[in-house]
Amino acid sequence: MYNEKQSRDISGNNDAGWEPIKKTGVILFSDGSIKYGYGIGKIGVTYGEVCFNTSITGYQEIISDPSYSHQIINFTFPHIGNVGTNYEDLETANPDGKIHISGVITHAMINLPSNYRSKLSLNDWMKQQGIVGISGIDTRQLTKNIRDNGMMNCVIEHSESCNFDIPKLQKILSEVKSMEGMDLATDASTKTIYQNYQKSWDWNFGYEDNKDSKIKIALIDYGIKSNIIRMLNHFGCEIKVFPPNCNINQIFDFNPDGVLLSNGPGDPHATINYSVPLIKNLIQKDMPIFGICLGHQILALALGAKTIKMSFGHHGANHPVQDLDSKKVLITSMNHGFAVDTQSLPAEVVETHRSLFDDSNCGIRVKEKPIFSVQFHPEASPGPQDCYYIFEKFLDNINSNL
Amino acid sequence: MPKRTDIKSILVVGAGPIVIGQACEFDYSGTQALKAIKEEGFRVILINSNPATIMTDPELADATYIEPITPEFLEKIIKKERPDAILPTMGGQTALNTTLSLKKLGILEKYDVEMIGASSEAIDMAEDRELFREAMKEIGLKTPKSLIAHDLAQGLEALDALGLPVIIRPSFTLGGTGGGIAYTREEFIKIVENGIDASPTSEVLIEESVLGWKEYEMEVVRDKNDNCIIICSIENIDPMGVHTGDSITVAPALTLTDKEYQIMRNASIAVLRKIGVETGGSNVQFAINPENGEMVVIEMNPRVSRSSALASKATGFPIARIAAKLALGYTLDELSNDITGGQTPASFEPTIDYIVTKIPRFAFEKFPDAKPLLSTSMKSVGEAMAFGRTFSESLQKALRSLEIGLTGLDPIEFRDIGKDAEKNIVRAELGEPTPNRILKVAQALRLGISHEQIHQSCRIDPWFIQRLQEIIDLENKVKKYGLPNDRENFQTLKSHGFSDARLANIIEKDETFVRKHREKLGIHPIYKRIDTCSAEFHTPTAYMYSTYNYLDFDDFDNEVDPSLKKKVIIIGGGPNRIGQGIEFDYCCCHACFALQELDIETIMINCNPETISTDYDTSDRLYFEPLTSEDVFEIINIEQSKGNLLGVIVQFGGQTPLKLSNQLEKRGIKILGTTPDTIDLAEDRDRFLKLINKLNLRQPKNKIANSIKEARKAIEDLGLPIILRPSYVLGGRAMVILRDENDYDNYIENTLPELIPEEIKIKFPQNKDKQINTLLKTNPLLLDSFLSDAIEVDVDAISDGEDVFICGIMQHIEEAGVHSGDSACSIPPYSLKQNTIQNLKEQTIAISNSLGIIGCINIQYAIKDDEIFIIEVNPRASRTIPFVAKVTGIPIAKIATKLIAGNKLKQHITNKENDALNRIKHVAVKEAVFPFNKFDGIDVLLGPEMKSTGEVMGIGDDFGIAFAKSQLGTNVPLPKDGNVFVSVKDKDKPNILDAVKSLESLGFNILATGGTQKYLIEQGIKAGRVKKVLEGRPHIVDSMNNNTISLVINTTEGSKALSDSKTLRQAALRNRIPYYTTLSGALAAVESIRMYVNGLGDVKSLQEYFK
Repeated sequence: MYNEKQSRDISGNNDAGWEPIKKTGVILFSDGSIKYGYGIGKIGVTYGEVCFNTSITGYQEIISDPSYSHQIINFTFPHIGNVGTNYEDLETANPDGKIHISGVITHAMINLPSNYRSKLSLNDWMKQQGIVGISGIDTRQLTKNIRDNGMMNCVIEHSESCNFDIPKLQKILSEVKSMEGMDLATDASTKTIYQNYQKSWDWNFGYEDNKDSKIKIALIDYGIKSNIIRMLNHFGCEIKVFPPNCNINQIFDFNPDGVLLSNGPGDPHATINYSVPLIKNLIQKDMPIFGICLGHQILALALGAKTIKMSFGHHGANHPVQDLDSKKVLITSMNHGFAVDTQSLPAEVVETHRSLFDDSNCGIRVKEKPIFSVQFHPEASPGPQDCYYIFEKFLDNINSNL
Repeated sequence: MPKRTDIKSILVVGAGPIVIGQACEFDYSGTQALKAIKEEGFRVILINSNPATIMTDPELADATYIEPITPEFLEKIIKKERPDAILPTMGGQTALNTTLSLKKLGILEKYDVEMIGASSEAIDMAEDRELFREAMKEIGLKTPKSLIAHDLAQGLEALDALGLPVIIRPSFTLGGTGGGIAYTREEFIKIVENGIDASPTSEVLIEESVLGWKEYEMEVVRDKNDNCIIICSIENIDPMGVHTGDSITVAPALTLTDKEYQIMRNASIAVLRKIGVETGGSNVQFAINPENGEMVVIEMNPRVSRSSALASKATGFPIARIAAKLALGYTLDELSNDITGGQTPASFEPTIDYIVTKIPRFAFEKFPDAKPLLSTSMKSVGEAMAFGRTFSESLQKALRSLEIGLTGLDPIEFRDIGKDAEKNIVRAELGEPTPNRILKVAQALRLGISHEQIHQSCRIDPWFIQRLQEIIDLENKVKKYGLPNDRENFQTLKSHGFSDARLANIIEKDETFVRKHREKLGIHPIYKRIDTCSAEFHTPTAYMYSTYNYLDFDDFDNEVDPSLKKKVIIIGGGPNRIGQGIEFDYCCCHACFALQELDIETIMINCNPETISTDYDTSDRLYFEPLTSEDVFEIINIEQSKGNLLGVIVQFGGQTPLKLSNQLEKRGIKILGTTPDTIDLAEDRDRFLKLINKLNLRQPKNKIANSIKEARKAIEDLGLPIILRPSYVLGGRAMVILRDENDYDNYIENTLPELIPEEIKIKFPQNKDKQINTLLKTNPLLLDSFLSDAIEVDVDAISDGEDVFICGIMQHIEEAGVHSGDSACSIPPYSLKQNTIQNLKEQTIAISNSLGIIGCINIQYAIKDDEIFIIEVNPRASRTIPFVAKVTGIPIAKIATKLIAGNKLKQHITNKENDALNRIKHVAVKEAVFPFNKFDGIDVLLGPEMKSTGEVMGIGDDFGIAFAKSQLGTNVPLPKDGNVFVSVKDKDKPNILDAVKSLESLGFNILATGGTQKYLIEQGIKAGRVKKVLEGRPHIVDSMNNNTISLVINTTEGSKALSDSKTLRQAALRNRIPYYTTLSGALAAVESIRMYVNGLGDVKSLQEYFK
């Protein structure tokens, strides 16, 4: 177990003098490179697509975000784990509480936490959640590699014995599938319909329940982050969460005033068989719709646009997005590897937001209809909360539709 | 929306002299602002009284006024230049307060000048403690409970309501001046009275103590479209109770969850919106209760601040430049982020992938009467900053960057340790915020005191204590097992920031041993870039820091990428300190500019975040690194690996690079310009004496003493008075003038023992004499016959090794014996005979030629009875270079650099005879600025040990005008009427007579003590009598405290008289009464008052002086 002594004793000290450093972790990349480091979290092997995240705070929210299903996060900020983990800063909304991320890469070793809300060190929490990771890696170098050469797959093994069967790991790596064409939403989302009343976090009261039900919102879950649910509760909505492949009648039985298409992992195109017919149906019924991230991409597909895989995507909490109407710049939280192709937008769809980093599409709306979506995460968590107002915009659409 | 077209000209207000709390970071911000405004095609007008700044270089503005930053002078400039707008947010509190006064006096309205960057309402709301508190309440943010007081009675009422301890914060002061923490009623009364005095609005806030809470800062930028971005969060390792300028700080904040961070982010943006900062940068400070996360707002600065400079350097985001553009009407999305080569817009939040640690540097050793305790009033004089990929690495790098003899987290001795209740002693010490507390925390860990106990005593967050523990655990291993022989373990040590020197100390070997061991293992640092975006985008900007990876060393990703060009390395000056400040950074920057003109690539190494030399666009390549031999060598190695490294320039950064020059040369690295051997010659007494004799020049008689006895003998031989100093300390430290026998005894009893290292003390416990003699054996005392009442002169010259050009001859106002950095001086000399000046020139040329100077030389002379004595030769750029450059209009440092690079003097100075002195028709006076008001209970007397932090310049058509402006520039309120107090020693009486008569004729009322009054009456002056302090009350200090004295002239002699008059000088300081303690200073002051009473005439810009 992780304790103070272990946290200090990083090179296996005993009285015999300097002992060789125990490299308990290894990571293999699809470009052929192999790096050794210190294993963190669960003992074992993991694999997935590696992407970098440039956020400085909010690692627990990031790790528990279902959108990272099948992905391994390379944190660019070197000290991860400083504030430990707690039971509040979780973003996986699924009643099963499962964490979907495949792994974690950090530069500095995970330290003992220091924060009044901390309940468990990050290392212990990762063990508890079954997450394998590696530290001691030059995460900046890895970031540059991804930036210049695109996303790669990787395999991580954490072993106390430090004996690694490299050929075996190479074989695992060769079998890791590309994210393109992968439907991960079904796996990362709920299987059952459920309701949740948790409001957004307050320093004084923590999480409280919403007792209001003036507006009813159906959430279609592709891997939803908890804070989307909390934001809607915060604004007094009664919400119900539906599996991505649910029957549209189940939604209508709830009699919602609006539908939110959630974020989620994987290739939007891989979901079209079940997602697009349902959304088309909702559009026809003039249902107010609001899409976030994967939900935004799927909505665009349903409207007839195309999506593309990005070279290394956007993962961070400092991304400038311009609201093309007001010209205002929003600092947003982002996490996506696919994007809507602006060129492909049909005539009735208007681009509303654009990334100031690479001009990629960050929002659309349908002319004359209460339907819009954004690529970034207005629910933040982690990241700047400048875009909370977008939820209010959704509610305005609903109210004017009522 | 592009820039505004309704304004054409903008007046930028600078920050004035370097003082504690307002240092060269405002030259950095002002310079960025000037460049940003000028490139947009506006006419820029600048006022700044500080000549040692880059911003006052004439090419940076269209009209540069080196004038006192007072409403009076600003009005003169406005009247003449008629600017459309005034930008007050780049010059610290000085610019903000002065502009606010202009607004209140109706001057801005009268001349139709618009304030840009911040409105007066916003400044008022942010700076007025009561308005600010109300504003925060309105937006639902908590502030510590507090009450306002305008007098002591109100203060005491507030105290009853809040209870001790409380924090006292005066309104509108810089660096927390006049504030403090009161633990007792007595302290409370004292601080409140001081604070009300210090505040221009006579207002203090008395605040509930949140001592021990965690302290944070947010750097926010906002544009007129309400786009808000956070540039950087900063966490103070020292909790609340220590001024943030005196705290060790890290960026980014390390102990906040995202939820807490976002609360703070939202709050800081809400603060800017509420206060109404519409175009520019601000800094908001918070305190957080570590027990439950409760957050309160402490204060905000509606302007670019010291923290903005730090945040700019820490992230690579040029806050001042962007803030200036926003003030011109741009919005963030219209501006680009230059560091990524313009690939990304300025409207984003920088994200970083390293840790930055800043550690302040203090100067308590200069003020032995002041306790080295930190509080809410800032006391540090400089800072060093370091980057690392872990906190430990950046901390240890920052510690060795300080240049206070630390090699990292070095051990430190606790007083009285070894006695009973050891732990209590340690814990009590940790409870006191002192400059070296971080070392004490580490020492407590070495002593095995628990993390919890340490945290309880010092309230430093446990996360940081754990990191110190890691460092100490590694240290213990090295102590136990020696250096590791494998790369991975060694690499682990380096990645925690251990320098070779630190490891050498631990294993008690020398640094070379460790270096060779490391090099054998093939371990070298790699360099990473500071790019604002954590490598998300490619950066073409070579702004770099060194780091060591943990493992992974076969595949290091080194981003250093040296060029194939011709290149030169310039070593900077490191952290600012008294004696080595902005003047040297000015020279380093000019060296860069000059080499760029010669098409040579410039490589800068420095670790001072306040400077322009550490702006990523000053040099072609910038290494933000400690200036130790290890760190510098590694850079040289890597830069030598490609291209053509012509050499290293060491003569511009003050003592710091000079100290490295021998080692550099020994390792075969070319020192450009004057050779290390010459540097050595100038510092070696024997070698230098031989040279002086050979040239037939004169030095004051001098001796060297290796024991107490020898010193006494030398004193007898030389005769008193004598200047005495230890041979191995710099900046005039422990340098004194012995005037009588008692002085020497006092020096042996009190001054010398402080300098004795621990190892000698331990060898001879209880035997002080033996301790001293052991010290003197290797570090002798230097004794120079002191020339009483001599005139001191500084000469700056440059040479290409053949020709010498005299740049400036400065006559000091104060007589010899006052450190040249503390003395006012005048160009041209105001009372030297023509043949003396000619002699000075000839001697300077002779010395320069015989030393083979290439570059700068500075010589200090004393002139007594028309005879010239050489006091000191500095074969490097001096503190006065920027002043001389401003006065003469000749870019001396630039030319010197070109000579160093091989140019000939002839190429730059066509007619040597037409030297600088003959060219100018005006007079300029440089005056020093002192930090005395920051330190309680100290004497303000000037002496051979330098104490000033900065300087101002007064310029005008004659000496009186120039001197008057220099006094007004230092914030001395020169009087136009009132009571003048005169008390001078007998010798000065005849010489002061004309001056006193002059004052009387100007309508001043003269008051004097016994002897002086009698003399004045005899001479026909109607002098009134006032009692000395010793003569009982009411005495002169009572009158001063009652604000009935407007000028003090007081010269004394002998130690006893000096200490008797200490209370008088302190009263003058406290009541802001101009006081002159030297005859020459007093005479100059009277002359300047005569000019001031008649008005000081019109102002002229530098550009006009050199038309």
